[in-house]
Amino acid sequence: MKAGVLALQGSFREHREVLDALGVEVIEVRTPQALSGLDVLFLPGGESTTITKLLRTSGLVEPLQRALDEGLPVFGTCAGLIVLADDLRDQHGANAPAVFGVLGCTVLRNGYGTQLDSFEAALRIDGIEGTFPGVFIRAPLIESTGPGVEVLAAHDGAPVLVRQGRVWAATFHPELSGDLRLHQRFLQEVAA
Amino acid sequence: MSDPRSTGTARVKRGLAEMLRGGVIMDVVNSEQARIAEDAGATAVMALERVPADIRRDGGVARMSDPAMIEEIQAAVTIPVMAKCRIGHFAEAQILESLGVDYIDESEVLTPADEAHHVDKWSFTSPFVCGATNLGEALRRISEGACLIRSKGEAGTGNIVEAVRHLRTILGDIKKLTVAEDEELYAWAKELMAPAALVQEIAERGELPVPLFCAGGIATPADASLVMQLGAQAVFVGSGIFKSGEPATRAKAIVEATTHYSDPEIVAKVSRGLGAAMKGQTIEDLDVKLAGRGW
Repeated sequence: MKAGVLALQGSFREHREVLDALGVEVIEVRTPQALSGLDVLFLPGGESTTITKLLRTSGLVEPLQRALDEGLPVFGTCAGLIVLADDLRDQHGANAPAVFGVLGCTVLRNGYGTQLDSFEAALRIDGIEGTFPGVFIRAPLIESTGPGVEVLAAHDGAPVLVRQGRVWAATFHPELSGDLRLHQRFLQEVAA
Repeated sequence: MSDPRSTGTARVKRGLAEMLRGGVIMDVVNSEQARIAEDAGATAVMALERVPADIRRDGGVARMSDPAMIEEIQAAVTIPVMAKCRIGHFAEAQILESLGVDYIDESEVLTPADEAHHVDKWSFTSPFVCGATNLGEALRRISEGACLIRSKGEAGTGNIVEAVRHLRTILGDIKKLTVAEDEELYAWAKELMAPAALVQEIAERGELPVPLFCAGGIATPADASLVMQLGAQAVFVGSGIFKSGEPATRAKAIVEATTHYSDPEIVAKVSRGLGAAMKGQTIEDLDVKLAGRGW
């Protein structure tokens, strides 16, 4: 198993640490060359506007789109979810163009508010025993999901972990939680 | 009934700093500059009335910015907005928190309000960033509740030499702690004037418990690459962008150089044809050294 972690900006180091702890080989992806031979890809948290621009300047948009269209399993967290979603809005009411558009969700960027509204909450996740520590940092809010999207966890009535085939996405940061179980479950399911 | 949640925890305060890793935080003085910064790929903007180079030039007392100006910038961008309060000026910090600023910088660039005490940062829901010139200073700020440390450098000079000195001092002392004997750590705590428990934690982890960014003097893509290679996890650029000939181009170039800091071909590519960098000053010629502020 070879896992890529998009390493342009944001919490790529934390994803790497989780994968290292699970004994998975990790490649940090900053260039198109680093995409070859990956079994799965993680898109970290960070600033989605920055990551989107760096995807363009690094020549990664087209090769990554191709890989996703060909079925490369992907797990996006926070900003990673934003670049996967097919319908984006920001808090000023403006629509933003989708980046990869492979996840049928309407997403409001910073939908929970400013950093003052960032929070932790115990989540119940389908298939994970007990609760999972959810860390939400200036998190996006999933306003609605399209056909074929399963909601694996919700908080306050809004989906926070979704799956559409081999595309997984969370509005929170499992990579900051110190809990390996969600990464583990994703890897087990997409490898199966 | 709504599901329970906890705000203002150390985890979410440090978490935002972790999200800013590998990025560039840019000083801006109005909404137009804020949009240029966001378009260039800044991960956050620092809203202030004058960039450090102008504070140096103008002299006088430098204070927190006008809330109307901060709100104008908050309305202009979707990336996090930071703002500065004076060292020890907890009333300015309270105002910034009430504005919903995403990070508060208790900054030596402004004129200190208290010559003995920093703000008790644990008592705020907003996270704080503080500057440090050495490991002891960094640990004192962390013990007061700072969730992000930036090496100070010498703001407003366009001269990287102090930033390099401070980064090397902080990271060099961390390395020494990791090889010190347990009993030596108490003497280290005394020398660093820092809590022994934090010193022991650093010795074990080999790094600060919060992210370490670099500020003060970054003016070129190569400067960004240099400090990232030395061990900074992100950069603050103050006067270096909007005091240069072509701010938008330079801002983009510094963003790319920060991401691809270890790839000299990319740093070379983005360094071409940037126009004039800010003029800059040598440290010996300065009337005021800002880095000495902070206790």
